[in-house]
Amino acid sequence: MPPKPAASEPTSAVHTLWKAYNENTSDRLKFIDAFLVFLMLSGIVQFAYCVLVTTFPYNAFLSGFASTVGQFVLTASLRSQVNPDNKNEFKDVSPERAFADFAVGSIVLHFFVFNWLG
Amino acid sequence: MPQAIPLPSDLSPATVANTASLLRIIALSLISGAAIASRLFAVINFESIIHEFDPWFNYRATRVLASKGFYEFWNWFDPTAWYPLGRVVGGTVYPGLMATSGVIYYGLRALNLPVDIRNICVLLAPGFSALTAWATYMFTKEMKDESAGLLAAAFIGIVPGYISRSVAGSYDNEAIAIFLLMFTFFCWIKALKLGSALFGTVAAVFYFYMVAAWGGYVFITNMIPLHALVLILMGRFTSRLYVAYSSWYVIGTLASMQVPFVGFQPVSTSEHMAALGVFGLLQIVAFTQLVRSHVSSKQFQDILFVALVSAGVLGVAAFVGLTYKGTIAPWTGRFYSLWDTGYAKKYIPIIASVSEHQPTAWPSFFMDLQFLIFLFPAGVIMCFHQLRDEHVFVIIYAVMASYFAGVMVRLMLTLTPVVCVAAAVAFSSLLDTYLDAHEPEPEASATDSAASVDTGKKPKKEKAATGSALADLVAAATPTKKGDAPKFKGVYGTDTRFMIVMNAIAMLSFFVFHCTWATANAYSSPSVVLASQNQDGSQHIIDDFREAYYWLRQNTPETAVVMSWWDYGYQIAGMADRPTLVDNNTWNNTHIATVGKAMSSSEEVAYPILRKHDVDYVLVIFGGLLGYSGDDINKFLWMVRIAQGVWPEEIQEPNYFTPQGEYRVDSMASNAMKNSLMYKMSYYRFSELFGGGQAVDRVRNQQLPKEGPTLDVLDEAYTTENWIVRIYQVRKEDLLGRDLKSANAFAKGKKRKRSKPASRRRALSAAAST
Repeated sequence: MPPKPAASEPTSAVHTLWKAYNENTSDRLKFIDAFLVFLMLSGIVQFAYCVLVTTFPYNAFLSGFASTVGQFVLTASLRSQVNPDNKNEFKDVSPERAFADFAVGSIVLHFFVFNWLG
Repeated sequence: MPQAIPLPSDLSPATVANTASLLRIIALSLISGAAIASRLFAVINFESIIHEFDPWFNYRATRVLASKGFYEFWNWFDPTAWYPLGRVVGGTVYPGLMATSGVIYYGLRALNLPVDIRNICVLLAPGFSALTAWATYMFTKEMKDESAGLLAAAFIGIVPGYISRSVAGSYDNEAIAIFLLMFTFFCWIKALKLGSALFGTVAAVFYFYMVAAWGGYVFITNMIPLHALVLILMGRFTSRLYVAYSSWYVIGTLASMQVPFVGFQPVSTSEHMAALGVFGLLQIVAFTQLVRSHVSSKQFQDILFVALVSAGVLGVAAFVGLTYKGTIAPWTGRFYSLWDTGYAKKYIPIIASVSEHQPTAWPSFFMDLQFLIFLFPAGVIMCFHQLRDEHVFVIIYAVMASYFAGVMVRLMLTLTPVVCVAAAVAFSSLLDTYLDAHEPEPEASATDSAASVDTGKKPKKEKAATGSALADLVAAATPTKKGDAPKFKGVYGTDTRFMIVMNAIAMLSFFVFHCTWATANAYSSPSVVLASQNQDGSQHIIDDFREAYYWLRQNTPETAVVMSWWDYGYQIAGMADRPTLVDNNTWNNTHIATVGKAMSSSEEVAYPILRKHDVDYVLVIFGGLLGYSGDDINKFLWMVRIAQGVWPEEIQEPNYFTPQGEYRVDSMASNAMKNSLMYKMSYYRFSELFGGGQAVDRVRNQQLPKEGPTLDVLDEAYTTENWIVRIYQVRKEDLLGRDLKSANAFAKGKKRKRSKPASRRRALSAAAST
C-alpha cells in the first residue's frame, strides 16, 4: 500500500472528529472539557518533572499527580453524567445530583491529597 | 385467578408494604441478636478472655492506644519484641482494628460509661458480626430482593465458617474485615448500578478502612478490577462503569497509601498493578466511546486501530521495563504460594508451617458451611439466568473465592460471604416458587402465565441476556425455556407446596442446630485456656498457660528475655510482659531460624547462641503428660526446617529421623534428636514422674527410656501443673572459667556426699556417671 493515502486518512479523520466535536457539543460541556485539558497538561508537566528531574519527595509527587488524575476522572464522570446523550444510562442521577457527587468526591480526594503531601 | 390457599383480598398495597418493612426491621434485629448471641459461647463456657495468639498482640496494642493516645501509638517503638532488634509497631501494623476499639472506648468514656478496654476488645467481633449481617442483607438485596437478603443475613449471622473467626474474644483483624469487605462490595455494586460517584467515593472510603484493617484488602484490590475487566470484555462498558470504577480507584488508591504499613505499595508492587491497568484501560475505552459518538464508524475504526496498538505496546513496554528496572516489585512469596501450593513448602517454610495456611480438607467445607455448600452452585447458576452486571460480580467472586478457599484454610473466610449470598438467592427462589399462592390457569394464554408465575417470567429475561454464549448454554440446559410449549406449567394444590416448604424448614432448622453445635464445641475454645471433661461430665479447666505466664510476670525481673518458639511470642508479651526473641509477626526469618537452631542443636552449640542473645529463660510447651497435641515436639520439625533454610550445613532434617525414617522420641530416637535442646527440655525429669514405671508420652504414644536427658546449661525454673509449659533458666558462665558441663559434673559429685532426697539423688548419680 502506498504510504500517502494511509497518512492522509487519519489526518482527515481527526479533522472530521474535531469538526463534529465543535458542532455537536454544548458550551457547558466544552467548559468542562477545557478544565479536563488543563488537568491533563498539569499532570503531564508533573510526570515529566518526576521522570526528568527528580522523584525525591515521592509522596508529594504522588499526591500532586493523584490530585490531577483524580480530579480529571471525577470531572470526566461529571461530564458523562450531565451529557444529555447519556440520559438513558443515568436514570437516577440528575445534573444537580451529579454535581453534588462531584463535589463530595473532590473534597474526599483532596482531604487525602493534603494529608499525603507531607 | 385460582389460588391454592385463600389469601386476604381486602388489604391495601400500602398496608402490605408497611407491614413488610416493619417485619424486615424486626427480622434484621433478631438476626443481629442471634449473630451476637451465638458468638458468646466462648464467654459463657470460659470467661471474657482474649483468645489464641495474634489477638494478644492486638489487645496489647489497643491497651497502648487506650492508655497513651493515638499519637503515642502511631509512633510506638516496641523494644521488647524481637529482642534485641525491637519492632516499629506503628509502621508495621494494620491499625484499623485498634483504632476502632480506641474510638469505641473513648466514645463510651465521653458518655460516662467507663467500660474496660478488654471487654470492648472481647465483644468487638460479635458486634461487628451483626453489622456484617446487615451489609450482607444490603448486598443480596441488590442481587435479588429483600427476602433473599434476609436469608443471606441469617446465614452469615450463624454460619460456622465466619463464626470460627469472630467469636467473642477472637480479637483479630478478620473480626471487622468481613463487614468492611461486604460493605465495600455493596457500595461498589450500588455505584455501578446507579453510575454514582458518591457511592464510588463511599466504596473508596470503606476500602481505605479495609486497607487499614486487614492485609486481605488485596482481595478487593483485585476483585473489583477483575469485575470491571470482565464487563468490558463482555461488551458491557457503560459510562456508569467508568464513573464507578474511576472514582473508586483514584480515591481508594490514594487513601490506601496513607496507611504506613502499605505506603507506596499500591504504585510499586505487582499485586496492585491489575487495578492500575484496568483504570488505564477504562480511560482509553471511555475516550474511544467519546470519539465514536462524534465520527463515522469507518474513520473510527482507523483511529481506534492506531490508538489501541500504540497504547497497548506502550503499556506493556512500560510495565516490563519498570519491573525489569525494579521500580515495580514482582509478586511476593505469599502470592506465589496461592498459585503453586507446593511453593511455600520449598522456599518459605515459615509460611507453610502455619496450620491455617494448609490446603483445606474437604470435610471442613461441610463443617463450616453445612447445607449452604450444596445450595451454593445452584445460586451461582441462578445468577446466570439474569446475568446483570452485579450477577457477574457474584459469579467471579464465587469462582475466585472457591479456588482460594481450596488452597488455604484461612481463606474459607472470604468464601463464606459469597456462599451465603448465592445460597440465599437459590433458597429464596425455591421459597418464592412454592409459597406463591397463585395456581396457573389451565386455559391461560402465554402472556397471562408470564404475569403470574415465576416460571413464565424467565424466558423474557433470558432474551435480554442473550449477549453471552454461556447464558445461552445455561438457558438451554434449564427446563424453563420449554415453558412456552405446554401452556400451563406450575404448582397445583397445597400438598406439593406443603412438602417442599416443610423440607425447606427442616433444612433450615438442621442448619441452625449444626451451627450452634459447631460454634459451641469447635470454635469457642480460647486455646489459652483448655477444657476437658471430668468423669462425671463436668468441665475441668486446664490453665497451664496463664499459670506459667503469671509465674514469669511475678518471679522474673522485668528485663528478663524469654526465648520460645515464635507461636508464643505474642502471648508472652501480652500476659507475662517480658521481652521475647521472636513472635507471631514473623518478619525476620533469620531471627526465627536462630531460635530454631538453638532449639534443635546440642547444648554446646545452643549455649553461645542463648548467651549472645541475652536469653534468661527458655520456655517450651510440652503435651506429653496430658496428651496435648499442639506442643513443641510436634512443631519441632518446622523449627528444624526453618533453621536448615539458613544453616544448611549445620542442621539437617534427616538427622532427626530414625534410619527407618520414623519420627521417634523413645529409645530409638536419633542422636541429633536426643541431643537437641528441645528434646532435653521437653523430657527433662519426665521419667521421674512415673516413679520407676514406664514413662509414656501420651501425644506420640511412645515409651521413653528410663534414664531421662540431662541438662548442663539450663536449670529447670518452673513447670506448670499439667507440665504443659516448662520454663528453664539459662546458667551464667561459670565463675571459675570452667565449661558448664564439667562444672556441673563437679557440683554433682560434691552434692552426692550431702544428704538429699533419695529419688533425686539416684537420678543425679545416674546422670553424673554417664
